[in-house]
Amino acid sequence: MQKLGGGVPLPILTAVGLILLWEAGVRGFSVPSYIAPAPSDIARALVNDFPLLMRNFWPTLFESLLGFAVGNLGAVLIAIAFVHNKTVEKAFFPIAVFINTVPILAIAPILVLIFGGGLTAKVVIAALICFFPTLVNMVRGLEAVTPQVMELARILSASKWEIFWKIRLPSSLPFLFAALKIAATTSVIGAIVGEWVGADKGLGTLIIDATFNFRAAQLYATVLMSSGLSVVMFASVAIAEKLLIRWEHK
Amino acid sequence: MQVASSPAAGSVPIAASLRNATVRFATFTAIDKISLDIEDGAFYSILGPSGCGKSTLLRLISDLIPAAEGEVTVFGKSTEEARLAREFAFVFQEATLLPWRSAIDNVRLPLEIGRSRGLKLPVSERSPAELLELVGLKGRENALPHELSGGMRQRVAIARALVCKPKLLLMDEPFGALDEMTRDHMNLELLRIWQETGVTILFVTHSIPEAIFLGQKVLMLKANPGRVREIVDIDLPYPREIALRDTLEFTRYSARLRQLLETC
Repeated sequence: MQKLGGGVPLPILTAVGLILLWEAGVRGFSVPSYIAPAPSDIARALVNDFPLLMRNFWPTLFESLLGFAVGNLGAVLIAIAFVHNKTVEKAFFPIAVFINTVPILAIAPILVLIFGGGLTAKVVIAALICFFPTLVNMVRGLEAVTPQVMELARILSASKWEIFWKIRLPSSLPFLFAALKIAATTSVIGAIVGEWVGADKGLGTLIIDATFNFRAAQLYATVLMSSGLSVVMFASVAIAEKLLIRWEHK
Repeated sequence: MQVASSPAAGSVPIAASLRNATVRFATFTAIDKISLDIEDGAFYSILGPSGCGKSTLLRLISDLIPAAEGEVTVFGKSTEEARLAREFAFVFQEATLLPWRSAIDNVRLPLEIGRSRGLKLPVSERSPAELLELVGLKGRENALPHELSGGMRQRVAIARALVCKPKLLLMDEPFGALDEMTRDHMNLELLRIWQETGVTILFVTHSIPEAIFLGQKVLMLKANPGRVREIVDIDLPYPREIALRDTLEFTRYSARLRQLLETC
């Protein structure tokens, strides 16, 4: 099999094999397409509904990106405040933990009530879902400076500001990127959940719409688009990480 | 504040001076009323059992920890003034390089800190590239720390320490983590750098041979509480070669220091 595939990697061969098995199963057992469409049906839906899918892809991308930016920027700024002021950390960290314990699905309707059915609610939900992992990682990253490096900074009479820019911030980058990779995919989840609760466009809306109208092939195609969006977000962060972090991080 | 030249040193300028200096951690007295003058340009090895305050002594002189009692001056200035004027540099047991900076950017770090706040920094007449050459790392300027061996990283740390032209170099077991071959090599390099730059060196070590091989004097500390046990002059001529360790004189010093260490 390896020889026959030439240079094709094993995971791709496996995936192709599973898809063929799925196609054969659906056809062999004559499963109705509104229950489980065959891969060929989904491919057809992807092509035929492409303009519709893209019309709904852009709003979700936009919400995810905005939520990603807002949530992570907020988390980074609050992490910086926490690291420089222990009182602020003591006062607000338990609240951050509490907010994190509220399931995003439970809080989404509340946010839609507050911010309405427009863009804002989706951005807030996407931002909220990104926020906590980045906050925790960023605090850890900013504090991951060895005592000896702090002694070096002291010998050089470095100011807090210089320690932050020249030491803390660069040493936190690997931790930040670990969090950003999580946020890249969860922000898409946040945007879609926001759209479920109330929206007239976006992949989340299309998922609900396709489900209730028994357009299973279209539903699967939409889900594929959503995961494609997550993959693009994740890959962008991973590429940025590769470019920025050239050093070895333990 | 100007300190009168100490009686012990005569006309020789003093790099670091301690008068009844005491350091306490909670109830533990790490350094107990130590009085000491380090002559400018000298090479002192510091030996002593664990917990005798070797590292504490360097940290006291470098203003990392305060004296509970007594007075410490560096070139006649308080340790804080000396720190702000970059009179001294510190080389730690670990190279303590910033992993995202190349070798040469690590050497430049001290030049980038404090300038914007108007600290007047002395600058070595050797450029960072020349300093890397001095420590034998020509051609590796752009290597990141993880691409360098432990010995090479420690050389970068030494070049970094020299970039602000310190008059006093405080070294806390800088070669302790290196293998013996590398360590021998680094010892020779350090003596060469000492002779080329004229910097005063205080060198903490666990190794008796290393202490004798490097130092003009060996400062022996005793523990509980940390005090000066004895200062042993090492009358062996420079430049010193590794083969010096096989001579009878060297062995005699070694035996003497070992006996002394047992009484600490």
